[in-house]
Amino acid sequence: MVLDGPPRVITVGAEPLAEALREQAADTVTVAWRPPMAGTAEALGRVLADPRRRAANELAVRRMTGARPYLAGVRRASELLRLPRGMFLHAGPPITWRRASGPLRGALIGAMLLERYAPDERAAEQALASGDVLLEPCHGHGAVGPMAGVVSPSMWLFEVRDDEHGGVAYCSLNEGLGKVLRYGAYGPEVLERLRWMDTVLGPVLSAAVELAGPIDLRAMIAQALQMGDELHNRNRAATSLLLRELAPAVVDAAPANASDVLRFIAGNDHFFLNAAMAAAKVSTDAARDVPGSSLVVAMARNGTDFGVQVSGLGSRWFTGPAGVPDGLFLGAYGPGDANPDIGDSTITETSGLGGFAMAAAPAIVRFVGGEVADAVAATRSMYEITLAEHPAYQIPALGFRGTPVGIDVALVARTGLLPVVNTGIAGRVAGTGQVGAGLVSPPAEAFTSALAALAG
Amino acid sequence: MGDAVFVRRGVYHDSVTLMRAGAGLPGAEVAVVAMATQLNLGLARDLGFDVPAADPGDLLVALRGDDVAGAAEELDRRLTERAPPGRESEQPPRTTRSAARSPADLVLVSVPGEHAFAEALDAVEAGLPVMIFSDGVPVEQERLLKERADERGVLVMGPDCGTAVIGGVGLGFANVLRPGPVGVVAASGTGAQQVTCLLDLAGVGVSHVLGVGGRDLSAEIGGRSTVRALRMLDDDPATELIVLISKPPSPEVAAAVREVAGALRTPVVTAVLGGDADLTSAAEEALRALGVPVPDWPSWTALGDVADSSGDGIGDGTGGGRALVGVYSGGTLCAEAAAVAGRGEFTDYGDDVYTRARAHPMIDPTLRLEALRKVPPDAVVLMDVVLGHGADPDPAAALAPAIAASPATVVVALVGTEGDPQGLRRQAETLRAAGAAVFASNARAARFAATTASRPPSPAPDSGPGAPGVAAPALGAPGAARLDPGPGIPGAAAHGSGSGPGSGSAPGGVWPGSVTEVS
Repeated sequence: MVLDGPPRVITVGAEPLAEALREQAADTVTVAWRPPMAGTAEALGRVLADPRRRAANELAVRRMTGARPYLAGVRRASELLRLPRGMFLHAGPPITWRRASGPLRGALIGAMLLERYAPDERAAEQALASGDVLLEPCHGHGAVGPMAGVVSPSMWLFEVRDDEHGGVAYCSLNEGLGKVLRYGAYGPEVLERLRWMDTVLGPVLSAAVELAGPIDLRAMIAQALQMGDELHNRNRAATSLLLRELAPAVVDAAPANASDVLRFIAGNDHFFLNAAMAAAKVSTDAARDVPGSSLVVAMARNGTDFGVQVSGLGSRWFTGPAGVPDGLFLGAYGPGDANPDIGDSTITETSGLGGFAMAAAPAIVRFVGGEVADAVAATRSMYEITLAEHPAYQIPALGFRGTPVGIDVALVARTGLLPVVNTGIAGRVAGTGQVGAGLVSPPAEAFTSALAALAG
Repeated sequence: MGDAVFVRRGVYHDSVTLMRAGAGLPGAEVAVVAMATQLNLGLARDLGFDVPAADPGDLLVALRGDDVAGAAEELDRRLTERAPPGRESEQPPRTTRSAARSPADLVLVSVPGEHAFAEALDAVEAGLPVMIFSDGVPVEQERLLKERADERGVLVMGPDCGTAVIGGVGLGFANVLRPGPVGVVAASGTGAQQVTCLLDLAGVGVSHVLGVGGRDLSAEIGGRSTVRALRMLDDDPATELIVLISKPPSPEVAAAVREVAGALRTPVVTAVLGGDADLTSAAEEALRALGVPVPDWPSWTALGDVADSSGDGIGDGTGGGRALVGVYSGGTLCAEAAAVAGRGEFTDYGDDVYTRARAHPMIDPTLRLEALRKVPPDAVVLMDVVLGHGADPDPAAALAPAIAASPATVVVALVGTEGDPQGLRRQAETLRAAGAAVFASNARAARFAATTASRPPSPAPDSGPGAPGVAAPALGAPGAARLDPGPGIPGAAAHGSGSGPGSGSAPGGVWPGSVTEVS
């Protein structure tokens, strides 16, 4: 009851008024307020006034954090998705071949060759340029794909089910690092690996998951966070945990290929990333389509545009130009080789992982400038733009506080704080592959245009 | 240009550390610094390095450039360098919503009006009462806030709520008031300050002062905050009497509020501004309701007999020859003075029009100083000076030279208490020394100004520059000053509402312990 004694006061605004309280020895917390993003004041007023907003956001974020993703199977895209011949899925918001960046073009060429839709690179490029090949975002098909995110019918996908709400989401299998299709490489070694994945890895994993039964990804992610992963740029612990879970079943299911399969998984610290992405996708999808909610349910990039989707705005994309990541580069590569931001892997940040859980991953804090304090600051700042703290995903270094989860476009506009996104960096030129890893800032207009749409 | 390739057996660093350490090595154009995985070995080979056999648990360093030895040395230095200690990770909250994660009882919002809604709504949604100091909040946002606040059972004070005192803590522009039995619900900030400061001068303290905002009693808002504040004070054991300072309400709202007030256990004294009652008489009515004698309100003047503050000489409003100019910082005080004086040109420099791009005149005197310079030489200028937390730490310091330099006659309504950081007496003395006539009661100041203006200008000793000297002739002026009679002074009851000439005829010695402002 406020009249019962000297009040503890939150002050926001004029500093002299806060000072006057401190002179009176009153307990104060001072908000470091600053004006909202330029041009958003009116839309903010309308969105905040929407009588549905509060309950809608509570419901949406409760569904997001309440999802219980299980790895239920590994199956071919042709079996799981409506993916007719001549159609590919890709990362990010919709895009045409004409506007596609190097790595996406490279991956599409690779997919044409993999599916034997074209005999060679030139023919593939011609077919793609002619518009005969249909391109659709993964997100429109309940799927997500890292980097270029190209999914073609023969590829094997993780099938992740939400035990709480009954949703399902898919993500391709991770090829490893270096010259790989998802970074736009399509040379012979890339296709050879994909064919091995097609004929050996996929079937073996499928049988192994069948034997092992559904694997609780929520528990595995929670554990990996406590082992130093943030589940976007660091998946070493989670990959180890998954490998431990799968290994006996892999041996039982396919003794002849077991060592190859296990060696492949063990040799790729990011093998778990794709499972984490599908888990994130099924969780964020549970929060979709709540009328009046300003919660972000997808952030994704296609190498040209960065797009977001918002719970209360259906499947509309709100986009801005994708930024070029800033980070650390492999070998002789430098910033000039970097492609603009690409991939659906920002679904991890959307669900409270990745950059949002940076404080959990001191081993890779140098992506954010070199010190543990910067990683902690990155995570802490994300509490300012999110609606909840994840009940299961916790950060030991923050006293087991739940990760910041549920980006609110209204809070982004109010604070001017953009989501912190960890990412790999693809080479600009088709066929190059990965050139580095680092951080990227999303374009503000993706969030402000969504806010304007909510304001109606 | 040369190559250097070496493998450090069993040396492990995470890939980020290595990428960072290998970036921009002086003397190297190409550097592969990585754990010796097949992938990284292949990468180095692709770059043309001659790579020896190695395990993934080994560190591979492949350098090419003009000074590979220097580069290798620098690399080693970077890898062995200890990370600097972590910085302080405390980050302040960026929204009220975020701040409300820590325990709190109340939110004070003073961001620009167009942005106040978001912060205030955060408070309401967190179940916290909120004082909105900001003005310029659209009325539909106020209505929405107060509707939501009703759902959550929390009080919204404001918008444009200038003052509040809760649990002894002053918020916004707030005077330091002694604790006591009077709870105030006020639609006007400076109105509440005038009433509570006068009560304080009479030795009566307050329990809480709850502002509701100037529009609360309009038909659009429906008195939601007024009703809630009344009920809160009724439930407060420290409150024995409620003073409701209202702006002219819409008739339906007035009826509803009257009904609520009538059903309370605590007696309510209501003062409707713009009606017959002025703030001083409201304070006096409250004192009478408590059975406390009404004192003679203090004044400090070098200008002559303060009996003129009775208003007897105001006349019919067409007045004498002198212009009367009101230069105010408080809207309610300005309106009250205009009403009491019955004529003159009054400007409220605290109005939105003047505060859009600058601080409130209670903090920044610039505009009022300019106005003071521009008045006609024979004018009577009436102005308010409001003390307390949040206000100018020494308003008299800025005003005194301007008053002294002004050929006009300056009358000041000084709203404050001795407990205020600026000190009522100190401010009064400085202003008087500069040649102003200073009154604790705005109504009396207005009467005095109007009376003075209705008379032809006299060659007053205070006119013209060099005024600091005027303090001396004023020293012996009858009724020059009295302050703080203290509670329960015998005989003080004789000075009733609108106390008349008695004030002038009872110098110094009536009240034991009273102070004549001569030192």
